[in-house]
Amino acid sequence: MSKVILEVKNLTKVYRIGLIRQKEIVAVNNINFNVKEGEIISLVGESGSGKTTTARIILRLLRPTSGNVLFNGKDIWRDIRNRKELKWYWRNVNGVFQDPYSSFNPTHTIRFVMLRKFNLFDEEMDYDTKISMIKEALKEVGLIPEEILDKRSFELSGGMRQRVLIAQIFLIRPKLVIADEPTSMIDATLRLSLLDLFLKLRDEFKTSQIFITHDLGLATYTSDRILVMYKGKIVEEGTPEEILNKPSHPYTKKLLESVPKLYSKWFT
Amino acid sequence: MNSLAIGEIMSILDVRNFRAYYFTKAGTVKAVDGVNLSIDKKTIIGIVGESGCGKSTLAKALSFNVEPPLKIVKGDIVIDGIKINDMTTDEIRRKILGIKVALIPQSAMNALVPTVKIRSFIKDVLKEKTGYTTLEIFELAVKRFKELNLPIEALDMYPFELSGGMRQRVLIAIATLLNPSLLIADEPTSALDVSTQKMVLETLYDIYRRGLVKSIIFISHDIATVRQIVDEIVVMYAGKFVEKGSTEEMINEPLHPYSKGLIFSILTPELIVRERVRKAKEVLLKGEPPSLINPPSGCRFHPRCPYAMDICRREEPPMIEVERNRFVSCWLYVKR
Repeated sequence: MSKVILEVKNLTKVYRIGLIRQKEIVAVNNINFNVKEGEIISLVGESGSGKTTTARIILRLLRPTSGNVLFNGKDIWRDIRNRKELKWYWRNVNGVFQDPYSSFNPTHTIRFVMLRKFNLFDEEMDYDTKISMIKEALKEVGLIPEEILDKRSFELSGGMRQRVLIAQIFLIRPKLVIADEPTSMIDATLRLSLLDLFLKLRDEFKTSQIFITHDLGLATYTSDRILVMYKGKIVEEGTPEEILNKPSHPYTKKLLESVPKLYSKWFT
Repeated sequence: MNSLAIGEIMSILDVRNFRAYYFTKAGTVKAVDGVNLSIDKKTIIGIVGESGCGKSTLAKALSFNVEPPLKIVKGDIVIDGIKINDMTTDEIRRKILGIKVALIPQSAMNALVPTVKIRSFIKDVLKEKTGYTTLEIFELAVKRFKELNLPIEALDMYPFELSGGMRQRVLIAIATLLNPSLLIADEPTSALDVSTQKMVLETLYDIYRRGLVKSIIFISHDIATVRQIVDEIVVMYAGKFVEKGSTEEMINEPLHPYSKGLIFSILTPELIVRERVRKAKEVLLKGEPPSLINPPSGCRFHPRCPYAMDICRREEPPMIEVERNRFVSCWLYVKR
């Protein structure tokens, strides 16, 4: 049994909106789950299910209303107090996001973007070591370093930009990666090779991963475990086999019915 | 030889050597570059491919939604027995659009006018075309909305008051009010949540089943969705058709290396997907689709093809019929 690296306990996030007449929206409602070393899980849900809020809290970008997130036993809000500890956390828990356009500053070269990631590192390194590590990471994701290092993000195709984002993960080698719809803007044939990079991370470095997605098909392919989220709650949890063959919650059943499949037809 | 034609007499659409290019400062983008397509009565055909393969351009061109820099360069179009080539733009607008062929675009929001209620929008669109009175038009619209189980109240709403799925269904109803022979649907469900997707497809299928349109071209990148409704699938790559066959054949045994890579890499919530993905990896597509300003010589897929031979670089492969109604454009299947 591999060890648990992330524990989410009774996590709740309430957004308050409006100045005078305040309205409360419970985005995440008392959820519990954990992630083991080398495990890939998926949080699956439609827009508004609370999956992205959960991701942002785990990445320590958003403070929860109540509940805890423990990474290696450390509470990420209570026990992380200064910049140094935060750096340590982001070195270990990092993310890849949906939109490769907004993840890059268009005036920065890929070289600059990659070099900046060394800010998360404690070790002192000289420039040449850094560059050779960057080249290594870019090669891991199937890019040719010489061709792209001095390009800016807008000079690259969508698929290449997403590869650069994943190369950053190969460089940082965190213990846990949160991937929020990392391939939703990518065409089918490129998507598969990108997803395989995540599987490679797991196989080579035992990186745990949380996929945040609306796509049950993607979750089926990549995950060891699928957690179905609906209206801020986790309504069902299981292996892809369990979820597909024996869904128990009505929402999961409805979701499975409404997703188009290859081996069944809606109309005859 | 280079032909997909079958059953000429039954044809709703017959297109030969059809080309539509964008004339831009950077060069001529050959988005649709010599396609042949023949669609029989009572057929729903799916055209699938990835971003930039020319499928949306084909939808625009076949429905005459052509604005600069896009231009139809060449090709004969016959829709429901009428030769379009000899017609003027004005004639096409009066006699063909909405009557013989209609388009459902990707986003209903852009097709409807935000400041005009659905009712007046329908009146504006139909009045000029039909010469019906306002009352006749409303009666037609109400009847059609009822038939398709759409709420009559939607007629008195502005587009923004309708949900995304409802908007798309309303648009389908409006586009087909005059029972066009051919309906072209360009990614009609791609902007919707999974739960509303199904309802929109139901409306589309309903229209077809009731005979309100004779045939449908369904264009999409989402093969699992296409598969729900179409009889035949055409795969498009870099401005050309590479394969055509019945839906079952195309899903289970695609022939062209590109079709294999594309169709076997679809991820659906089915456990068999893992096995299919293994097949996709056999032809794992390196690189990305080519620029359509300067497409590769010979077969446009050759730079990415694991089976590329000498001839693939030199000569464009013909479209050959490998079995009845099964077409592929690839040198691997040419007997020599």
